Amino acid sequence: MAFFLETLIGGLMAGMLYSLVALGFVLIFKASGVFNFAQGAMVLFAALAMARFSEWIPGWLGVANPIIANILAFIIAALIMFVVAWLIERLVLRHLVNQEGATLLMATLGIAYFLEGVGQTIFGSDIYKIDVGMPKDPVLMLESVFEGGILINKEDFYAALIAAALVAALALFFQKTGTGRALRAVADDHQAAQSIGIPLNRIWVIVWCVAGIVALVAGIIWGSKLGVQFSLATVALRALPVVILGGLTSVPGAIVGGLIIGVGEKLSEVYLGPLVGGGIEIWFAYMLALVFLLFRPQGLFGEKIIDRV
Amino acid sequence: MIYRENGQFKTTYKTDQQIFPILQDRWAVLVLIAFAFVGIPLLVDEYMFRAILIPFLILSLAALGVNLLVGYCGQITLGAGAFMAIGAYAAYNFAIRIDGMPLLGALLLGGFTSALVGIIFGVPSLRVRGLYLAIATLAAQFFWDWAFLRIKWFTNYSTSGSVSVSNLEVFGWSLDGAVDKYLFCLILLVVFALLAKNMVRGAIGRQWMAIRDMDVAAEVIGIRPMYAKLSAFAVSSFIVGVAGALWGFVHLGSWEPAAFSIDRSFQLLFMVIIGGLGSIMGSFFGAAFIIVLPIFLNQFLPWLGGLAGLSISVATVSHIEFMIFGALIVFFLIVEPHGLARLWSTGKEKLRLWPFPH
Repeated sequence: MAFFLETLIGGLMAGMLYSLVALGFVLIFKASGVFNFAQGAMVLFAALAMARFSEWIPGWLGVANPIIANILAFIIAALIMFVVAWLIERLVLRHLVNQEGATLLMATLGIAYFLEGVGQTIFGSDIYKIDVGMPKDPVLMLESVFEGGILINKEDFYAALIAAALVAALALFFQKTGTGRALRAVADDHQAAQSIGIPLNRIWVIVWCVAGIVALVAGIIWGSKLGVQFSLATVALRALPVVILGGLTSVPGAIVGGLIIGVGEKLSEVYLGPLVGGGIEIWFAYMLALVFLLFRPQGLFGEKIIDRV
Repeated sequence: MIYRENGQFKTTYKTDQQIFPILQDRWAVLVLIAFAFVGIPLLVDEYMFRAILIPFLILSLAALGVNLLVGYCGQITLGAGAFMAIGAYAAYNFAIRIDGMPLLGALLLGGFTSALVGIIFGVPSLRVRGLYLAIATLAAQFFWDWAFLRIKWFTNYSTSGSVSVSNLEVFGWSLDGAVDKYLFCLILLVVFALLAKNMVRGAIGRQWMAIRDMDVAAEVIGIRPMYAKLSAFAVSSFIVGVAGALWGFVHLGSWEPAAFSIDRSFQLLFMVIIGGLGSIMGSFFGAAFIIVLPIFLNQFLPWLGGLAGLSISVATVSHIEFMIFGALIVFFLIVEPHGLARLWSTGKEKLRLWPFPH
C-alpha cells in the first residue's frame, strides 16, 4: 500500500509538470487556433537562455550572490521570450491567417527547428545546469501511518508547488484582469472580439508571451531536474497526450489531464512494465489518451464538437 | 508558344479522360521517364546514386503514400515513420522466416502488413479528426518505436538490435550495384505512381476527396465514411510500408528502429506540405526539396564560412542547418501555402498564354 501511494504521489507530481507544458499548448490554441508544436523548442530555448545567463552574469557584473544572478537571468530570459513571441507573431503568424490547420502546424514545426538551431548556435549544445536552489534530498512522510513511511522527492514536491502557483496566477490573470477578459473573448470568437474593438494582433503577441513565460518556468523546472540539453525539446511530445486527453481548449483540462497521464504513466510502468519489457511509459500515455478519445472525441473538458453541413 | 493545346480536339471520352490531356505534357513525361531509365545511369556517378537519387526515389514513394492520406483524404498523420518501420520489419521477418521468399514478395507482404496495421490505427479517425487525430497517430509512432526496440522477436533476437539483409535478387537480377538498386526503385516508383494516380481519379479517390472537403456532407450524399477513411489508411500505409521496406532493404542494408523515428514522420509530412497537398506531382517536388536542401546546406555553409575567413565547426554547421531549414520551411509556407505543385501549375498556366499576360 505504501509503495502504491508512493507511486501515485510521484505520478501526481510528474503530472503537474506535464500540465505545465500542456498549458502552453492550450493557451495558444485557445486564443489563435494554432497548434503550437514549437512549445517544446520554446521550453528548450528558454531553459538554455536561463542556464547560460545565470552562468555568465556573475562574470559580467561581478555579482557573487546566486539568487540575484538567477533573478537577473530569469528577467533576461523572460525578455528574450517576449522578443521571440513578438517576432513569431510579426514574421510568421500574421502572414498565415486563415490558413488550414495542417499548414499552421507545419509552420510551427518550422519555428521549432529554427528555435532549436538558434538556441544551440548562440548558447551552445552541451548539457548545462540550472541551479535555483531546489532541495534534492528525498523526505519520508506519513511514517506514523505506514511502516517505513512514504519516500517523497522534495524537488518534485517544490516543482509541483511552483506549477500549481503558476496555474493559479494564470487563472487569476484570465478571470480578473481586462487583458485576460480580452483574451477569453478572442478565444471564444475571433470576429466578435474584433468587432467590439479588441486588437487581435496585440492579443496574439500577449498570448505567445504568456506561453513563453510558461515555457520558461517549465524549462527551469525540467532543466533543474534533468539538466538543460537537447532532449528537453521532446518534453513537449510527452505533454501532447495530456492536451488531447484534457481537451485542446480547456485550461482545467490541461491540469486534470496532466495528473491522469502522470499517474497512469507511473502506475503502468511499475505494474505493467515488467510484464512486457519495460520502457512503456512513452507510448502508454498516448494509448490512454487514444482510448479516452474513442469515447469522448473532444477530450475530457473540450467544447462539444457540433457538425453543421 | 510551344506549350499550347490549340488544335488538339478531343473526340472520344477516352481522350478526354487521359492522365495528361495535353500532347506536350505526354511527351514531356515520356521523355522524362526515358531519361530517368536510360540517361541518368549513363551520366551519374556512384555517390550521387547512393546519397541523393535512391533516397529521393524511396522517400518520394513514401511521400506519395502520405499524400494519399493527408492530401486526398484529409486525415493528418504524424505516424508515417512507424508505417515505414512496419513495412521494413515485416518484410525482414517474411524474408528470413520463410525459405525461398523472393525479394519482391517480401516487399509486398511488408506493405500488406503495414496496410493491416494502418487500418487498425485508422479506427480512431472515425471518431476524431483534425489535430486530435494527428496526435492520436503519434500513438502509432511511439508504440512501434518501442515495439521494434524491445520485442526481440521482431529483430530475430539480434544482440545489437539492428537487422541486416544481403544478396538482394529479383527474378535473377541481382541488386548489387547502385545502378541496379536505382533502377529497381525507379520501376516500383513508376508503377505505384501510376496506380495512385488512377486511384485518385477513380471512384475511391473521389470518395476520399469528398470526405476531405466535408465529411458530414459526404456522408449525406451516400459515401460511407468508414469505408472511405479506412481504405485511405490502408492504401496509404501499404505504399508507405513498401517504401519503408525499400528504405531498409535497398538503401540502408542494415538498420535499427532509429531509422524510422518521429523525425522521419515529420520529414514526410514536410515533403507533402511543401510539395503540395492533394497532388501526386507535389510529392516528388517535396521529396526533392527536402532531400537536396540539407545536402546543399551541408556543402554550402563551410564554403561560405571559408569565404568569410571563418572555420565553422561541424556541430555549428548542423545547428545553422536546422535554423535555415526551419526558416525556409516557414518562408515557403508563407509565400506559397499550397506548395510547389501550385507554383508548377501557375507556371504552366503562364506558359500557355505566353507571350501575352492574359
